[in-house]
Amino acid sequence: MKHQHPILAITTARLREFIRRPEAVFWVYFFPILMVIVLGVAFRNKPIESFDVDILERASAQTIVEDLESDVQIRTKIVTREESIDRLRTGKSTLLITSNGEDASQIEYTFDPVRPGSTAARNLVDRRLQESHGRQDVIESVDVEFSEPGSSYVDFLVPGLLAMGLMGGGLWGVGYAIVDMRIRKLLKRFRATPMKRSHFLIGMILSRLIFMVPQIVLLLGFAYLFFGVVVQGNWVSLLLVVFLGAIEFAAIGLLVASRAGTLETASGLMNLVMLPMWTLSGIFFSYERFPEVVQPLIKLLPLTPVIDAIRALTMDGDSILSLGPELLVIIAWSVLPFVVALAIFRWND
Amino acid sequence: MSTAIRCANLVKTYSGKPPVEAVRGIDFEIAVGECYGVLGPNGAGKTTTIEILEGLLSATSGEAEVLGMNWGQDDHSIRERIGVSLQATELSERLTVGETLNLFRSFYVSGIDPSEALARVSLEEKVNSWIKTLSGGQKQRLAVATALVGDPELIFLDEPTTGLDPSSRRQLWEIIETFKRENKTVLLTTHYMEEAERLCDRVAIFYAGKIIAEGTPSELIRSVGAEHVIEFSIDFDHESFDDSMVRDIPTVVQVDKSETDFHVTAGKPHVVIPELITGLAKQGVALASLTTRHASLEDVFVSLTGRHLVEDES
Repeated sequence: MKHQHPILAITTARLREFIRRPEAVFWVYFFPILMVIVLGVAFRNKPIESFDVDILERASAQTIVEDLESDVQIRTKIVTREESIDRLRTGKSTLLITSNGEDASQIEYTFDPVRPGSTAARNLVDRRLQESHGRQDVIESVDVEFSEPGSSYVDFLVPGLLAMGLMGGGLWGVGYAIVDMRIRKLLKRFRATPMKRSHFLIGMILSRLIFMVPQIVLLLGFAYLFFGVVVQGNWVSLLLVVFLGAIEFAAIGLLVASRAGTLETASGLMNLVMLPMWTLSGIFFSYERFPEVVQPLIKLLPLTPVIDAIRALTMDGDSILSLGPELLVIIAWSVLPFVVALAIFRWND
Repeated sequence: MSTAIRCANLVKTYSGKPPVEAVRGIDFEIAVGECYGVLGPNGAGKTTTIEILEGLLSATSGEAEVLGMNWGQDDHSIRERIGVSLQATELSERLTVGETLNLFRSFYVSGIDPSEALARVSLEEKVNSWIKTLSGGQKQRLAVATALVGDPELIFLDEPTTGLDPSSRRQLWEIIETFKRENKTVLLTTHYMEEAERLCDRVAIFYAGKIIAEGTPSELIRSVGAEHVIEFSIDFDHESFDDSMVRDIPTVVQVDKSETDFHVTAGKPHVVIPELITGLAKQGVALASLTTRHASLEDVFVSLTGRHLVEDES
């Protein structure tokens, strides 16, 4: 009877173990999507800004309401003095209009200039009221809306989360799994068979690459359907970068796991490796906010070139040929950890 | 008859402060087709020795030859021809029994069909069950099946029955006996003496990293000097009872006394018992209990070391 090739057998065994753990599937596949929802909603580009404007109860108040009615950005409410102070204080309104004189020919604006939008509200209201009293524009002006695809925060965030998923998946999916097998003496048991070490390590990395496919499809698919995130650049290039990134973090996971004898040691090491990258590599905000002197170092972290390369492909539509330095860093972080891990790998407990 | 395993002056010292001398010069040979038992308490160096022979540990010094080959030179060929069941391996819980055996089968160039390995350990109906649902005995039988699937000539079983209930233990013994009938070689470690007596052609008793006795179970039992054990106890009123009378009975080899309990090793119980009863009656001492049994490897171990083999399990 023909039997499976060991690499195939190891890979399918790992895939089966993975899909039989619903909680692992959740964290790997759906957690990044939850992050996109939460952050995408919180930082979405607001459609049109509108202002809540109060008008102090006076004889001329109704005239002002009528004057401002035509502007959809302005929502008016006639209030008493007590109400107005309370609403300004709690941020329910941004501006209070007090009119003096029957025809509202003298206006007083009360607002907190440091509150976002208050000055804009004052200027908008003032322009509308001046116009209704006959002010003419002296020069002609036209507004053109600027909205380039690939420029919103979600467009920026999705590549970051995609790369973060590759990092977490590689470190946990390969590193943690190996330490767990070492503790259970399964590595030692495998060592007592004719199984080739390279077959084992390739099988572990291969299964990780296969888990990655739904991870990318789900995240990009979701981001496209719900936030309109599109890939500007070449799909094949993107897949190549993602593939290299997955191999890179699988190799780092292998290195982290090469000697750790307890799950606590392994978790500690993984957090130690991941923490600097979570904060520095620009998942959520650009690392250009950090001082210029440290930026070359940040660019040498394993995660940074993956994020930069994915962003260049998805947001800017760059060619993969312009990503030489990033790919070089990724490849270096794949080869070195793999070689070191092979040399120091411990099969026994 | 050819040799399956030969080790000479095997030493394993773990570096540390102070260094631990786990194995301190071990020599033995196992012939092809033999079932060889390594007996001894925890910490005697059994597992270290077997793991050196399995190629999982390297010896500090000495020779270890397996199926005529040497570790460090022919590792891959040796691994193709041996089967191993380690102490306490936890196989992947969320794989089924059948998937696990397919995985192990894929590692060997030649071997038996996984379903045949399952049949040998009587786990056919569990083929689609997750490992986490198996009992301790079933898990241990599966561990043996993973050792059989490569159709080995030599099988290593490190404490295969430790912690199992008596019926699971007997099932495993039957599996090992089937294996022996195929003229395959077995190296078994255990701290159960009755297991060694039943399964092993020869046994070595390990103590503190050395072999303190080696031979067939009956040879070892004879080496104590007598094949029977008579145990009796007397009333507490007679604690000052002089046991020299017992020592003087013909064929008595050894008398151990703890408070009112006596452990007598003797050649002929039918001679000893009547004299013992008469002697006690003369001194006016009443017997509280009296039992006799065949001497076991346990008695050999006690007489050699003054300790019991399994001191934590009484």
